[in-house]
Amino acid sequence: MSNPVPVQHEHHIVGPKVYLLILLALLVLTATTTGVAYIDMGIFNPIVALGIGCLKAVLVILFFMHIRYSSRVMMLTVGAGFFTFLVLITMTLSDYISRNWGLW
Amino acid sequence: MDSQAIATGPADPHQEHDEAHPAYLRHHFVTVDQQRETASFGMWLFLLTEIMFFGGLFMAYLLYRNWYYDAFVAGSNTLSIGLGTTNTAVLILSSFTMAMGVYSAEIRNRKGLLTSLSLTIFLGLVFLGIKTVEYHDKYVEHHIPGASFSVEDFVHPADKRDVPLAPDMAQHAQLYFFLYFAMTGMHALHMIIGISILFILLYQAWHGAYVNGHTSTIDNFGLYWHFVDIVWIFLFPLLYLISRHPLK
Repeated sequence: MSNPVPVQHEHHIVGPKVYLLILLALLVLTATTTGVAYIDMGIFNPIVALGIGCLKAVLVILFFMHIRYSSRVMMLTVGAGFFTFLVLITMTLSDYISRNWGLW
Repeated sequence: MDSQAIATGPADPHQEHDEAHPAYLRHHFVTVDQQRETASFGMWLFLLTEIMFFGGLFMAYLLYRNWYYDAFVAGSNTLSIGLGTTNTAVLILSSFTMAMGVYSAEIRNRKGLLTSLSLTIFLGLVFLGIKTVEYHDKYVEHHIPGASFSVEDFVHPADKRDVPLAPDMAQHAQLYFFLYFAMTGMHALHMIIGISILFILLYQAWHGAYVNGHTSTIDNFGLYWHFVDIVWIFLFPLLYLISRHPLK
């Protein structure tokens, strides 16, 4: 065997302790987001709800989906995916906002 | 050099191979870690297409909610927050059991893997069961968009605190329910596909697969299951929660 060993990431096994901690955090955040929905915060209700949603999603991606322990190319790929989604939202909304300027 | 060997299960005669070149290492990879990373990279590329697939639905929801704000608020407030919260907890729990399945496969614990996969199937079915109850409520209330849709609940709300909608705005509640069924239905379809695959994985694990160090299939299914969980993490606040205190 004379194949050169490629540059790669060492595999990391995530243990039950981390998973249990993330599960607890996710459940607490779910309770929080439901509780907060009953408080009138005006324009901030959706912002807080989506903020908590993003936090939960990041926890799932980093720990349940092991991105925290993955190589840079994986982190970049995942980031690129969500960035593309943001491009979809931003471009579409900037179109809708600018069409009937001031009439929203 | 047995570089073309393909893993075929516990009966594989190459099982006793040395650790650096196990039977499941395909010939075009140099190391097991390289093979593992390539497989999960491919899975992530698939998940990125899924982000854009659900992303289109989220985009549509965002726009129409702004256009027909009152109708979307009224539609959203007919949902049960209790059932929605329960389902969110159930799905998060199933993500945890799936993660434990991945862990069990990695430490080569067959019993743990079987338990985790079974629990994940069970929790997935509980989620779909609760979803069915919710869908049935919509059917009884004539809130399913189409010929049998009724604006009655929105034009003459039973709860005096709800603001009655004009009949034309009330019609647009159909759009809310259309997106509600499209998004939760597409999510439920992903769950049904996931549970079907889980049954296959459970059958294979029962016969001894995935505890020989070759865990890519379990890993990648885990990624799929967690992704479906993430979709729900966003569906739940958008469909159930954010309309409780509408802007005046």
